[in-house]
Amino acid sequence: MVAPPVSRPTAAVSRYDKTSRPGPLVTTTVAILVAATLIPLGYVAWAAVSVGWTRAYDLVVRPRVGELLFNTVALVVITVPLCVVVGVGVAWLVERTDLPGRGFWRPLFVAPLAVPAFVNSYAWVGVIPSLHGLWAGVLVSTLSYFPFMYLPVAATLRRLDPAVEESARALGSDSAGVFFRVVLPQLRLAILGGGLLIGVHLLAEFGAFAMLRFDTFTVAIFQQFQVTFDGAAGSMLAGVLVLLCLVLLVAEALARGRARFARIGSGVPRTATPIRLGRNMLPAQVGLAALTVFALGVPVWTILRWLWIGGADVWVLDDIASALGQTIGLATVAAALTTVLAFPVAWVAVRSSGVLARLVEGANYVTSSLPGIVTALALVTVTIHLARPLYQGVALIVFAYVLLFMPRALVNVRAGLAQVPPSLEEASRSLGSSPTATFLRVTLRLTAPAAAAGASLVFVAVATELTATLLLAPTGTRTLSMRFWSLSSELDYAAAAPYALVLVVLAIPVTLVLFRQSTKVAAL
Amino acid sequence: MTTILEVKGLAKSFHANTVLHDIDLDLQPGTTTAVVGSSGCGKTTLLRLIAGFEAPDDGTITIDGRQVASPESAVAPHRRGVGYVAQDGALFPHLTVGQNIGYGLRGTARGEVRARVSELLESVSLDASYASRRPHQLSGGQQQRVALARALARHPVLMLLDEPFSALDTGLRASTRKTVADLLTNAGVTTLLVTHDQEEAMSIADQVAVMRDGRFTQVGSPQQVYRHPIDRFTAEFLGDCISLPCTVASGVADCALGRIPVQGSTADGPATLVLRPEQLVATVVSDSERLDRVGTVIAADFLGHDVLLTIDPAGDTPPIIVRQHSLNPPPIDAKVRIEVLGNGVVLT
Repeated sequence: MVAPPVSRPTAAVSRYDKTSRPGPLVTTTVAILVAATLIPLGYVAWAAVSVGWTRAYDLVVRPRVGELLFNTVALVVITVPLCVVVGVGVAWLVERTDLPGRGFWRPLFVAPLAVPAFVNSYAWVGVIPSLHGLWAGVLVSTLSYFPFMYLPVAATLRRLDPAVEESARALGSDSAGVFFRVVLPQLRLAILGGGLLIGVHLLAEFGAFAMLRFDTFTVAIFQQFQVTFDGAAGSMLAGVLVLLCLVLLVAEALARGRARFARIGSGVPRTATPIRLGRNMLPAQVGLAALTVFALGVPVWTILRWLWIGGADVWVLDDIASALGQTIGLATVAAALTTVLAFPVAWVAVRSSGVLARLVEGANYVTSSLPGIVTALALVTVTIHLARPLYQGVALIVFAYVLLFMPRALVNVRAGLAQVPPSLEEASRSLGSSPTATFLRVTLRLTAPAAAAGASLVFVAVATELTATLLLAPTGTRTLSMRFWSLSSELDYAAAAPYALVLVVLAIPVTLVLFRQSTKVAAL
Repeated sequence: MTTILEVKGLAKSFHANTVLHDIDLDLQPGTTTAVVGSSGCGKTTLLRLIAGFEAPDDGTITIDGRQVASPESAVAPHRRGVGYVAQDGALFPHLTVGQNIGYGLRGTARGEVRARVSELLESVSLDASYASRRPHQLSGGQQQRVALARALARHPVLMLLDEPFSALDTGLRASTRKTVADLLTNAGVTTLLVTHDQEEAMSIADQVAVMRDGRFTQVGSPQQVYRHPIDRFTAEFLGDCISLPCTVASGVADCALGRIPVQGSTADGPATLVLRPEQLVATVVSDSERLDRVGTVIAADFLGHDVLLTIDPAGDTPPIIVRQHSLNPPPIDAKVRIEVLGNGVVLT
């Protein structure tokens, strides 16, 4: 799955408070969106209250929940540090040493993001059919998610001022000393951000772990939903999952503290002198090659092998075409709507400093971190009880996508808007353009590339989304990921291979977008 | 002749922090006025209020006889007919130079726009071929001139310039300043410019308004504010000062440098005399000429065309700095006599 780092609250510009106070249209849109983002949390709270204390206690304190809790916590506690080691190590090797071919390696370690985690599980099960349980989960999720660590750490490494490291050298530190005492502390924010993102994905992932027969909370909630539909047991599990998620958020916020690292001094930093690997060159090369084989080679090889085994029979063209058509249709509508709705939210976040702006950012920050299954369950419950006609409608699933993937569009649109200096809009106003004309002729035009990047990220996220789609899609919907899922659940791995291939191919261009963004220093 | 801009009792605060207090300012047609003050004094806020990007808390702004802002109502920036050039030019990066200049000419026929763009480019001394370039292909000075041409395209009644030269390096600044000043004078556009550079303000403007902490300390011609500052802040802000204790009696100040006529009517009694360094000339006196008021050169700083002499006058007056041309300056330890040219200013 392709995802940008979770957006986080930042201080807004406060100077232009009076003239840029949002109008009623913007305020209403934003207020409705904020209210909507609170639906999942509201659902969990409502479920806990309506079930009642004793029943909730019985449902939560039982051996099954203990087992799930152990699995989920163990997964996070083992995988996140592993991703830190792999991600930081790879980023350091690629960015800071004399390793040959960094132009080749750099995009290669972002590429695993193009392979959805459940496709990765499918690939590994294809290679080692007996693979299952905690360690299988750790293996697959590390290989799928380490780029979330690699991307921000590599970007930060490129930005660090080499003069600081040179000063540490001059003060008597060796290479290792410089790394642990000077470089690593400066990477703290990137590591924490990447770690949070990976943790949130681990809590939310369903397909990858279900295929490995590894029960986490999300997997169990899904199974519960299939058995009892709108049951109290499922919503109580969701409640525990939300708590775990909030624990992650709080832990990250506490670890981050008030830290802000800024380069002191002006001018463009020089590029750092690469560190000579010497005798360690060969092990480094072998390690990177092995990682590439595990993270990319295995899925590519498995998909191709199944395609070879399946031959021409697996290419059921009208089925693939209809799944592709539905996927593109849903993803296009959701991406367009999400991006359009991201504009007023981003506008408020960038240009005003009021209560609304802080509320928007806070609500978005929390909801974006909640697992998709909680959002989906919440929407199922709300529509069944309050808006029956919407249940199992296209509008509902598009709405779910908007809630789930708003941050991806928002991060980009906001960065784009922040790069449009208010002075340009003022220049346009003083040249006789009305506020609306100014927005169309200047602001929108300059934000368009960022908005397009955001829309493409949402597009791929929707195209590869499985959990919420399975829960909310109207009867008869057959997207690529749904078809892949049902075929591989029937153990018809060969027939699933074409769908996996199309999913990966769809995601490749967007992964390139993400890679290009992270190499641009100003991005994110 | 009517006043182009009339600002009355203008006040503005941000979050309980008052930035402008009770500002009054009048601009006569075709003149250039510079508001000068250190950064954060409120001068940019004044400009933004006039342009319409902020609304005043109190007071009124009248442009060309039409009231455009008061605490009750404000005319939107795009309906004020005011040209505005920001500090960095604020050229639209997605448009060519020609499209930038033509931005405000919507509704004009295409051929007419093209002709006007060429004409405007020429007026800011740029070749017509620049029209197809992108802003990032221009130097800072060129960007600034394009921004000016863009603002002039709509024939504004009033041109507002926000530190238009501060982003340029020294050499470019002087030449761009000259081009812009000549252009605005020839076009007869009434201009209000804010700057933190005193020299720039005095060289370009017909009227200088010195601002401090959101108030004007003095408004007048460059000569007036420089030669006859009304308070110590204005005097020191506009240039180096030499302050000497003195006693005033019937228009003459008696101080360590002798009896110096003072400007205007001043109450008799003890006061402070303020002189500009260029009013003083130090000449070497031979040892035999044992006159009154002979000082000793204790330091000489060579600055190229000028030399700064630190002279210790006899008695208990603190050392005096004299700035004069650097040809054959008095050597250190030389005995010099200080002559004063012109009048002094007495501040209490």
